[in-house]
Amino acid sequence: MSNFFQNFIDPAFWYSVLRVSTPLLFAVMAALVSSISGSINIGIEGMMLMAAFWGNVVGAFVKNPWIGLVAGVASAMAMSLLLAFSHLKLRVNLVIAGVALNLFGSGFTVFMLFALTGEKGTSASLGSQPIPRLDIPLLRDIPFLGKVLNNHNALTYLALISIFLVDYLIRKTPLGMRMRAVGENPDAATSVGVSVLRVKYLSLLLSGVFAGFAGAFLSMGYVSWFARDMTSGRGFIALAAQALGGNSAILGALGALLFGIAEATGFTLQSLRIPSEITNMIPFILTLVVLIIYARTRVRSHSRIQKI
Amino acid sequence: MKRSLALLELVRMALTILIALLIGYVFLLFSTKDVAEAFKWFLYGPLSSQRRFVEFLNNSVPLIMTGLALSLVFQARVFNIGAEGCLFFGGFGAMLAALEFPQLSVLHLIVTLLTAALFGAIWAFVPAILKAKWKASELVSSLMMNYIAYLLVLFLVNNYFRDKAAGALVSYRFPQTAWLATLTRYRLNSGFFIAVSVAILIGFLLYFTKYGYEIRVVGANKKFGFYTGINVVVTTFWVQLLAGALAGLAGGIELTAMYRRFVWQSLPGYGFDGIIVAILARNNPFLVIPSALFIAYLRVGANIMSRMMGLAPEVVIVIQSVMILLVTAEALLERFKKRIVEREAMKGE
Repeated sequence: MSNFFQNFIDPAFWYSVLRVSTPLLFAVMAALVSSISGSINIGIEGMMLMAAFWGNVVGAFVKNPWIGLVAGVASAMAMSLLLAFSHLKLRVNLVIAGVALNLFGSGFTVFMLFALTGEKGTSASLGSQPIPRLDIPLLRDIPFLGKVLNNHNALTYLALISIFLVDYLIRKTPLGMRMRAVGENPDAATSVGVSVLRVKYLSLLLSGVFAGFAGAFLSMGYVSWFARDMTSGRGFIALAAQALGGNSAILGALGALLFGIAEATGFTLQSLRIPSEITNMIPFILTLVVLIIYARTRVRSHSRIQKI
Repeated sequence: MKRSLALLELVRMALTILIALLIGYVFLLFSTKDVAEAFKWFLYGPLSSQRRFVEFLNNSVPLIMTGLALSLVFQARVFNIGAEGCLFFGGFGAMLAALEFPQLSVLHLIVTLLTAALFGAIWAFVPAILKAKWKASELVSSLMMNYIAYLLVLFLVNNYFRDKAAGALVSYRFPQTAWLATLTRYRLNSGFFIAVSVAILIGFLLYFTKYGYEIRVVGANKKFGFYTGINVVVTTFWVQLLAGALAGLAGGIELTAMYRRFVWQSLPGYGFDGIIVAILARNNPFLVIPSALFIAYLRVGANIMSRMMGLAPEVVIVIQSVMILLVTAEALLERFKKRIVEREAMKGE
């Protein structure tokens, strides 16, 4: 047991927290930029899968991880355009469209994987082109923090930067202002000349970009192959983390880190011979708990106004 | 006017299926040289032999049940898509009852199936109570419950009920008293008749009883329901429990009839297929039967194609997702609908 607690002052633990939090950070940003303009993006999971698949496969074929990354993000954007088109133009219920997109991502990637490699499990046989890790000279030499922050995948740094970019976008730019206006009151936004449709398209597309990075990291950083359904619920966990943080990118990122800590703790417990099925449950159970806490605070603040 | 609107609905449905199949065809183009042959097996496979026809009927059994479960929650406008987890946990419940109570003899099968339904309902209880008490999003919580069911059941089965003599990761064999009969030499799942009767029963409940009416009112307009004295919270709560029980029963039927062990090492996907079954049926329990048969036909067709041609049957999931998008697209062919309504309105003047 002392082993277990020692673990939390070990820089290696916090390093792994950042590593497992990376896809969640991106996914939370994806959830945030769409929810801020009033559309909940259930399809993040499917977009991530798509990006993970195309990122890895294209990267392996052209032997260049960066082109793979672009392909992965582009595929997720295509998915988000499909979602936006279905919802905004064909008027499919957004939740149903998201569910359909997730199904599509899952089926499509397995089908293509099999067509390309003859295997249904992983793409390991294609060879891998992981995105490089960055060794940052000055950071390396700081005692504790150096071991935590240095030598991460390039995308991990991008994830950390994107928290502040999204925060800035939402709070300080005219576009972010319009996004919030559309989310809060579309009629009011229309009355002052904001095109609700265009803003919603844009924010869903942006959501696709972040989901793309999240997925690409999974198959080109977290591990260096694509495995079927490898997102394993991260897209949904991100929705819960985003709900926890409300409209704030910083709080949402903290939520993602909380889940990262839970996941990393699970790995520690596994090394103490607790079965992996049990430790893998931790993030999902935590999501339920978070959902309850979030819903409780919300109900309390609303209860005086509305009874239904 | 009602008739021409129904006709339009049919046209839409046909168009949707056609487009979805076309997209499936395009996908096959990329993965095989002999597309015509592959597509032939896909569309005609389930009819090509008696054995395959029975396989197709058997496949529809869990789909009818999960389709019913999702129709119920969708009717009440609750997005609880935890049928997959309920089915998995229900299957686990069936295994428990089958292995632990063999002394029940005549009642054993009934107890086993009831336990499956009970376990399904227990699993649905969590998202339902979270929704009722704190209005927590049932969509996210039910999805989380799917993952938890999967991990928990796998842990329990593989550690405590695993038949080490079986040579695969499966549970001990159920005693014969807990077997649901299979008919003919091609092993037709007699659960088919249970599923069809349950569908009719649920249809009756939904369209001919007070409770069903309440469910539909809650789904159509929550506020109206509230002001007419329906307890909206209680109704949505029970609807989810009932749906969970149906999904759990689906798991029980599948295991006691087809496998007679707990055999699943991954989520079987029937709960997710139930979504498209319910959507195609427009959440009408009576229509769930043909809708589930149709999806089962596609699934079995894809399986046969993959066996004959060495392709991945997952193409059927792609086709299904396209169908979900097109069937629920309110704007599709809307212009025609408007024209019909307008013409009728002019006639009235």
